[in-house]
Formats: sequence, C-alpha cells, structure tokens
Amino acid sequence: MGLVCPIPLTDYDKILMAHGGGGTLSHQLIQKMFFSHFNNELLKTEHDGAGFSFGNQRIAFTTDSYVVRPIFFPGGDIGELAVYGTVNDLAVCGAEPLYISVGFIIEEGFSMDELWKIVQSMKAAADRASVKIVTGDTKVVDRGKGDKIYVNTSGVGIIPQGVEISNSRIKPGDKIIISGKIAEHGIAILSAREEFEFETSVKSDTAPLNHLIKKVLEKYPDIHMMRDPTRGGVSSVLNEIAKKSNLGISIRETEIPIAQDIKAICEILGLDPLYIANEGKVIMLLPSEQADSVLQILKSDPLGEHAAIIGEVVEEHHGRVVMETTIGSNRIVDMLSGEQLPRIC
Amino acid sequence: MKYLDEYRDARLVKAYAEKIRQLTTDSWIIMEICGGQTHSILKYGLEELLPERLNIVHGPGCPVCVTPLEMIDKAISIAQTPEVIFSSFGDMLRVPGSTYDLLSVKAMGGDVRMVYSPMDAVKIAEANPDKKVVFFAIGFETTAPANAMAVLDAQRKGLENFSLLCSQVLVPPAIEAILSSPHSRVQGFLAAGHVCTVMGFEEYLPLVEKYQVPIVVTGFEPVDILEGIYLTVKQLEEGRHEVENQYRRVVRREGNPAAKSVMFEVFRTVDRNWRGIGTIPQSGLSLKEKYAQFDAEALFNVEKILTEESRECIAGEVLQGLKKPVDCPLFAKSCTPEHPVGAPMVSSEGACSAYFRYHKRSDVA
Repeated sequence: MGLVCPIPLTDYDKILMAHGGGGTLSHQLIQKMFFSHFNNELLKTEHDGAGFSFGNQRIAFTTDSYVVRPIFFPGGDIGELAVYGTVNDLAVCGAEPLYISVGFIIEEGFSMDELWKIVQSMKAAADRASVKIVTGDTKVVDRGKGDKIYVNTSGVGIIPQGVEISNSRIKPGDKIIISGKIAEHGIAILSAREEFEFETSVKSDTAPLNHLIKKVLEKYPDIHMMRDPTRGGVSSVLNEIAKKSNLGISIRETEIPIAQDIKAICEILGLDPLYIANEGKVIMLLPSEQADSVLQILKSDPLGEHAAIIGEVVEEHHGRVVMETTIGSNRIVDMLSGEQLPRIC
Repeated sequence: MKYLDEYRDARLVKAYAEKIRQLTTDSWIIMEICGGQTHSILKYGLEELLPERLNIVHGPGCPVCVTPLEMIDKAISIAQTPEVIFSSFGDMLRVPGSTYDLLSVKAMGGDVRMVYSPMDAVKIAEANPDKKVVFFAIGFETTAPANAMAVLDAQRKGLENFSLLCSQVLVPPAIEAILSSPHSRVQGFLAAGHVCTVMGFEEYLPLVEKYQVPIVVTGFEPVDILEGIYLTVKQLEEGRHEVENQYRRVVRREGNPAAKSVMFEVFRTVDRNWRGIGTIPQSGLSLKEKYAQFDAEALFNVEKILTEESRECIAGEVLQGLKKPVDCPLFAKSCTPEHPVGAPMVSSEGACSAYFRYHKRSDVA
C-alpha cells in the first residue's frame, strides 16, 4: 500500500501561510504529517530541540530557519536573529550551546554589502553568546525565486549533569516565570514593515538567553520546564505545555509584563500581545519554593530585569490555559488560530 | 494607559455589576449590536457578573459574518483573475466561500493581499499600473467613510485600475428588521459606539418611538458595556424608551459630519442581502452611478454568481439573537476557527469565534 497523506485533502490541499504561523494549523501539520511519519522517542518530547545521550554526555541538538521580512529591523537583523534563535532553543533545553552551523539561501542579485552586514552581525552575535559558527553552506536561487536571503542555523550544546528540562516534570503548584516584557519582537517587525507608517521607538528584544539561563541553572538545576515564546507568543507556548503535560495553567493578566507603547500599538491594531513573538524571553516552570529566588537572579541581569511570576500550574482545566483578566473574571487563552502576522522570524 | 485602564477598572466593574443586580427586578433580553462588544463581553466574562434574569443576546454587528456567501464567491472569482491584485482586511480572507477561501486562492497563486486600510489598496494600484486592484469593501458605517475616501483618492489620482467589491451594510435597518420580526424577543439595545461615532444617534430616535425600546449608545470596554447595560435596564425597569448616550467621550448627537458627507458623496443606499438573515430593505451601500467605474462587481461581470448557504449552520439565528453559538450542533465540533462552517466562527468579531475563544466550553472543567 502506498503512503497516504495524513492530512486529509478535505482540510487543505495546499500549504497556507498559517501552516508556518506557529498556531493551530502549524501544529496540525507538525503532529499529523511530520511527527507521525518521522515518529521516534526524541521527537515525541516536542521541545525546541532534541536531548540525547552520547557516552556519558547529554547533548541537545536543534535547528531553525529564518525568513524574517524586513531582514534589517529595529533592534536586530536576520543574522543576529538566526544565531540567537538557535542559541535560545538550545538554552531552553537546559543546554550550554557550543557550535552552530549556518546555511544561507540567497536570491540572485542580493546586495553584497547587505550580506556582509549580516555576516558581521552573526559573528558579533556568536561572540556575545559564546558559541562558534563551525560549518555552513551557501546556495543561490534565481532572482524572484526567494526573498533576498533566508538563513538556517543548527546548533549543538551540552546539558549539564542534574539538569532535566521536560514537560513530564511539570507538577501542579509549579510557578510560571517570564523573564521580561512581552511582544516586543513581533511589534518591532510590524512597525518596520513598509505598510505601517508608525513612528515608534519599539525595538526587537532579540538576545541570547544562554548566559542568563546558566546563571539560574547553576543555583537551581531543578527547573522543570523552559521554553522561549517566539512565534505564536506566550499563549502558544503555554498551550503547548498545558496540552503536553495534561495539566492546567492559570495566569494573571495584571502580572504579565508589557511596555505601554507595545500595549498601545496592540490596542490600535486589535492584536493580542499574548500571541505576539518574543526573541529574547524565556518562560520557566519551576517548583514553587524556588520561584522567588530564581526571580531575583533573573532580575539582577539586564536581560531579566522585568521578570515576573505570572501564574502557576493547577490540577483544574487540564490541557488548558485560563487567565484571570484585569477585572477579575476568568477567560480561556486559546492557541493562536491562523496567523496574526506572517514571517516574523 | 489613559482612556483604557479606567474603563477596565475592576472596582468600577464590580460597582456597576452590583448596581445592575440591585436594579433588576424582572427578566429582560438585551442585544448588543456590535461584534466588538460581543468580544469584550466574552473576553472579560461579563455575563458571569450579571443577574440570571438578564439575558444578553448577540446581534448582527459583525461585518464579516453578515457578508453573504455569494459575495465571497464573487471575491474568489475576481481574485482568481490573472491580472488582479485582490486586497482585503485580514478576517475576510479566511471566510469560506462555497468551495474555498481567499487564502486558498493565494496559495493557488492568486495575488491576494491583506491590507489594514483601503488607502493602502489605492497605493498598491498606483504602484502597479499594469494590474487591476480590487478592494473588498465590507463593513458598517465605520468602514464606509474610509472606503469612500479611497474611491475619491483614486479618482483624484486618475487611477483606472482601482475598484471596490462593495458589500457595505447599515445598522439601523438591521435593528428594524430584528424588531419587526415576529420571532423577536429583544427588549433593549446597546447601539454600536463606533458606528454612532460616524453617524451620531439621531437615526435611532424614530426606532425608539415606533418599537418602544430603549437604545443606549455604548462603548467597548468592560466599564462601558456594564454602564450601557445599566442604563438600558434602568429604562426598562422604569418603563421608559429613549436613546441615551453612554459613549459620551466619543459620540456626538450629529456624529462626524465630514465622514458622513464623504460617505454619501460616493455611496447610495440599496437593498442588501445579509448572510443568514436575508434581504433587508435599504440596508446596504453601493457606489453611486457617477462612480460606477469603480464598481468591481460590474467590471468583472460577477453579478450573476448566486450561492446557497449551509443548512446546518445556525448563523442567521445567532445573528438575530434568537440562539446562542453553543446552541448550534456544529459548534466546536465540525465548526472551529480552523474549519469554520459559518462566518461567525471566522471573524474576530463573530459571536461563535468569541464563544470558542473565551467561553468556558464543555471540555473545560
């Protein structure tokens, strides 16, 4: 018997932008087609990277592709983003990132000067994150068959003894911490697009989180779970965690750190900041008794100065995220359906 | 944040909820017209705060929801034309037509673009003189002035490659259609604050007299909505029926004369088919004869496309306040935001989508 496409044709017979949006359609594609066919134990953990043993050493391995438009945006560029994105995916697996690969897919006619800027930016980013770019690949596609430049990075890192970051370790009562103000990357990209004539000082939060996370893990290796809320934002990450752990997540709207200008732009455009991408934030789930101390460690670092405890894991509403609103009522925070904004990373 | 935080103040919300509880001695059915208000009600769980005797039903004020299926099929047909750039607000792209949606047309190679303003569509037309740029002009009195402005702008620039697929609708005829229906149970209305920002509220005075119902112009934040409900209940309990303005910080009696004059320069009122409800006399806007060159429906010869609705979807009854989304057998089963059967599940203003996103569904303990 031949292989049958696991996504019924009645769903979609063509890829939509939303299949890459980090929301429900992305999940369907990943779950139904990729996971079910590539099916293995490591993949099933559904983390930002795979963690496995090599001899006595625990290794983390991850990959990510970057198609952000525009390639230079307030607070960063595609090169820096590609390094930090992979560094952060390793860091939230509990790993200390070591080596990174880079694949460039460049459109014919792309400016050599801009490529040089991207390369310099990647080198600076790698130095800041203390990783080395050790291998790579370059492909050029016909003019009109790509959009300037796409970058893929993969990375490996070592998971220290005693660290185990996994959905399976989450327990009711665990506190949920976010390391800073939300939605800055997505809104920075939005404000940089030509169709928006905003004059804002909003900058992307793109930053390497590995040093910050290392500081925490050195003192508190018992962190249960970490994720970086990139595409799909805080809500998508919390929903994924709630579904995978089959526990409930309760958060409080008043505790979620957000800058006033970001909040204002979201209000004007009708966007929910909980669904907007971050590129320099980590969400941690950890034993309640460690939460205050970890919060202090985060707050003592510039990358974590606005960190806050935003909620906890509960026994109720399994698999769902519920938020206490500013007026004290409760509402479901669902996974992003479709896409709020395409090609943000 | 000023103008927001004070209208999301937990103490004020509780104070209004308490005032409403004390005031309510009878059972009342109140409809909020606007989908933006529906979403606030669900997002903030305001119904939980109200006495059980108050039944808040959701009205037809979701522009995406009431755009008829045949109009979406016309949009899809135009968007598939090779030299066309089809532009629209984002929500409209995901509403299924009788075969597929506009996003699928994009995936199949059609040039379909999401814009945030009709003026952006005019810019696209300027930048692409060899293409025909069509903007899907949907919405209530709130979007009509900007859409009219886009036509005037295109005319001023001498653009011959810009047109509107026009499916504009008007609120007062819809209220009248609901009130004159023999099935109607609605005893009071929260009128849509943003529509009244443009139109003012004088046009509601005859409705209040004819049907003896209170109409309260209401804003969108939790405190606004509860104050609007409070004023409506107060009228009902006291046996009054007047037009009152809760949204005084924005709405004036005469509305925005400049916006109205642009709108009526370009558009004329026509009978319009509302999805799930049917044709309502003089409830829509179409381009006037002198702007016929901007009418995509005629330009692309799609006037003859006619389509029938799904029979299982109860969107029509939901939009008239006769049923709630959870009463629909398809709700959260075969009809979800990823696979919407009816438009109210698609739009960010649709009642079904609001219930799906925020309401305590049966799968939530």
